[in-house]
Amino acid sequence: MGRYVLRRLLQMVPVLLGTTFLIYVMVWAVPGDPFAGKCGERACPDAYITEMRERFNLDDPVIVQYGKYMLNLLSGDFGETSSGVQVIDRIADTFPVTLRLALVALVIEAVIGITAGIVSGLRNRGFLDSLVLVSTLFLISIPVFVTGSVIQLVFGIQWGVIPPTVSSKATFGELIVPGFVLASLSMAYVARLTRSSIAENRRADYVRTALAKGLPQRRVVGVHLLRNSLIPVITFLGTDLGSFLGGAIVTEGIFNVPGVGGLIFRSIQTKEGALVTGLVTLLVLAYLVMTLLVDLLYAVLDPRIRYE
Amino acid sequence: MSTVDKKAGGADPAPASAAPLLEVADLHVEFRTRDGVAKVLNGVSYHIQAGETLAVLGESGSGKSVTAQTVMGILDSPPAFVTGGSVRFRGEELLTASPERRRAVRGDNVAMIFQDALSALNPVFTVGFQIEEQLRVRRGVSRAEARKRAVELLDLVKIPNAKRRVREYPHEFSGGMRQRAMIAMSLALDPDVLIADEPTTALDVTVQAQIMDLLAEIQRDRHMGLVLITHDLGVVAEVADRIVVMYAGRIVEQADVRTLFREPGHPYTRALMESLPRLDLKGSTLTTIKGLPPNLLRIPSGCPFHPRCPMAAERCRTDLPAPVRLGPERTSACHFAEELISRG
Amino acid sequence: MSDPSVAAAGAALTAGAADQVTAAEHAGPSGGGAGQPDKPRGLFSDAWVELRHRPLFWISALVILLVVVMAAFPQLFTSADPTFGDLSRSRQGPSAQAWFGYDNQGYDIYARVIYGARASIVVGVLATVGAVLLGSTFGILAGYFGGWLDAILSRGADVFAGLPFVLGSIVILTTLNAEGGAGPVRIVAQVVLSIMALSWPVSMRIMRSAAITAKQQDYVKAARGLGASPRRIILRHLLPNCLAPVLVYSTIALGAFIGLEATLSYLGVGLRQPVVSWGVMINAAKDYIRVAPHALLFPAGFLTVTVLAFVMLGDAVREALDPKLR
Repeated sequence: MGRYVLRRLLQMVPVLLGTTFLIYVMVWAVPGDPFAGKCGERACPDAYITEMRERFNLDDPVIVQYGKYMLNLLSGDFGETSSGVQVIDRIADTFPVTLRLALVALVIEAVIGITAGIVSGLRNRGFLDSLVLVSTLFLISIPVFVTGSVIQLVFGIQWGVIPPTVSSKATFGELIVPGFVLASLSMAYVARLTRSSIAENRRADYVRTALAKGLPQRRVVGVHLLRNSLIPVITFLGTDLGSFLGGAIVTEGIFNVPGVGGLIFRSIQTKEGALVTGLVTLLVLAYLVMTLLVDLLYAVLDPRIRYE
Repeated sequence: MSTVDKKAGGADPAPASAAPLLEVADLHVEFRTRDGVAKVLNGVSYHIQAGETLAVLGESGSGKSVTAQTVMGILDSPPAFVTGGSVRFRGEELLTASPERRRAVRGDNVAMIFQDALSALNPVFTVGFQIEEQLRVRRGVSRAEARKRAVELLDLVKIPNAKRRVREYPHEFSGGMRQRAMIAMSLALDPDVLIADEPTTALDVTVQAQIMDLLAEIQRDRHMGLVLITHDLGVVAEVADRIVVMYAGRIVEQADVRTLFREPGHPYTRALMESLPRLDLKGSTLTTIKGLPPNLLRIPSGCPFHPRCPMAAERCRTDLPAPVRLGPERTSACHFAEELISRG
Repeated sequence: MSDPSVAAAGAALTAGAADQVTAAEHAGPSGGGAGQPDKPRGLFSDAWVELRHRPLFWISALVILLVVVMAAFPQLFTSADPTFGDLSRSRQGPSAQAWFGYDNQGYDIYARVIYGARASIVVGVLATVGAVLLGSTFGILAGYFGGWLDAILSRGADVFAGLPFVLGSIVILTTLNAEGGAGPVRIVAQVVLSIMALSWPVSMRIMRSAAITAKQQDYVKAARGLGASPRRIILRHLLPNCLAPVLVYSTIALGAFIGLEATLSYLGVGLRQPVVSWGVMINAAKDYIRVAPHALLFPAGFLTVTVLAFVMLGDAVREALDPKLR
């Protein structure tokens, strides 16, 4: 197990380097002046530009720039934005909000998705099963920005049931509706995964054995069937948490959630290279660690899986 | 042996005191599938007493496992539907009993073990957990006490290092050890009848003999009724007291084991025996049963065995032979049963 | 080392695809892994027999056909000019003249929805074909040859799969857009390229695992033993056996990519004027959603129905190709 984790961590290094290099090149090697528009209407003073080019090592070849940047990252220095704010501070402001949103979405996704999946998997080909199948089809097909806009329009603006946008505090309560929107697609997928997993395991020999042992139906389903059927679902939820962190750009935009997604979108458009590369590095790292954790979780959930 | 001398499938229920331990009478089951209705059981009757081993013999698809699952009440429904007959435990009708009552009988009175222990044991729980579960859920035994019982049971089925192995998962056991663990699990609630559905089919020959010996020993020590489902005549000869032979969802012959081996009373049984390799006839060619088992969606008219039967005559194609009583506890469903026996 | 299950791998494959398109891709590998054909011809003709009896298949095929005709011959459906805006009729609701009403610029929404099908379909088809061709080629090579080639290609796939989908496309498109002044062809090509760049790892992984499984089959071993060239083995033996899972993935991905194009256009980095697409229309309508919701709802409805048709088709194809699900 220890050696497996070590090997996986080593494999992560080239992937992380590759991804961040890709982003770094795209952000900094953009044709055009990276400081255009940074000083209001006028062109920036030469002194400012010189200072900036030096601070971001823009006169080195790209690969050297990138090397210097990564070395700084290793020592915890994320650099600063063109207006002199520490990148790490901006991240510290926004990351907790995105994490809260991701957790809310994960809980909603798990509760609704798994419940719908179990109900429909146990009643194969009944009314509820068809209902779940049809509604998940729609959830999968409606783009998130449409779901978000329509929910905001109907519940937030026309009926006034919810505040249409999230305040700067972004409490858990305020994040329920955005979390639902963010989770809507994965929820459908969790429901389908649970459904097919249950339907597949329902006829398994070990379920028949559990029945033959005279266990109550509740226990046969709740312990024997679920414990096996939920293994792929739980690992799916794990990877989803990783992707929620980096994938909330649209949802955060619609509901004005002050999180990483909005920050990164604005930074890309205003060419805040240091912010973009710093954020992407963090998000990719979080995603890679999440996939490793999920693989390890898999071995914990299924004793047949062994990593050397 | 049994003192009850009652024609199998008899319509008159015996008084409770004299009732067999477990009795199946005129059982009908069908599978309603997309392609039509398959008549899987067409009037199966057998019974078993305490301390007795009954072998149920037949090819795959003959309905032997379905009968067992109907007895246990664990048929998948749909597609399976019980359309008639009765299952009685100590005279008590189970088919019409409440689900709660049926559940109480499972494991406690009638337990079952399955062919492939690897898939029949839950892969994500330890062997110990799966044995203890019944004790804890059904008997309310404490965790520590259940663990102690589980170790004892594994000892009983001769699994070495039982204390350590209760904590292992099914995939960490070898095939034979898994089947032993399964037997231990089925014994947890001290059942009166154990149904073993092809318990040795998935195992190596040497291990097969060990498992059969173990089953026979446990059956003897506990004075249990043992229903042994198999397609292997060799297995049957050593341990069974009586045999029922099934074909296309019917019982074609039943007899005590010596009689059946000495003079089979049905052409199907005879064919099964002739297809066994025998050391004393080394060099002679083995006979096989020609043709295929019948398609249960379209069971042949008359005697279902007639298309494959060397003795088939005109009436076999049209008339379904009723079981003929050939002696105590002995019947054969063949128009020529008496001739077969007198011929020797 | 034993690989984690297909399902987990499927999830891991696609989690990078963020919150827009993932479901389709998740569905791809899990169905694909199960649909291992033994005899390709038998499998595909069986699947066709199965498909013909499914109403869902015919409904989705019909919808797709309709949208494709709309994309090819928009003038069959409307005589109005989608590029003619008249501010005096701005944000008028649906009427007999303009069935879906007018948007903020006074464009006829019905005409634009019809003409918008073309860009959406073109982006979806090109991105799918590109990503699947690229990914499958890499995947079959990595699966067949293994070794260092597999290691390099797999790590390369990890690099692109590690980027969240929406985030990655925004960075790529912002960079590509920086020059400005692009014509319609270039705008469409950029979106296609960015979707391709971020999604090829999915089809590569599906193809790779299918190829590894197929490679273990006895007849492939026999062909190698008889000295058949790698080229022949890959084309004759591996490819037909690995087609089914990739086919299922492609169908669903096509729907997903149409949705993704709309998302990128909605964010303002994808398609834009002078190109007309459903995403472009939704982007233009989102700021007036309070006063003219119809300008958003009609293109969104067309978008949803089209994506739905492809997802349903993918579902039907997967079930038909997977004997276990029949």
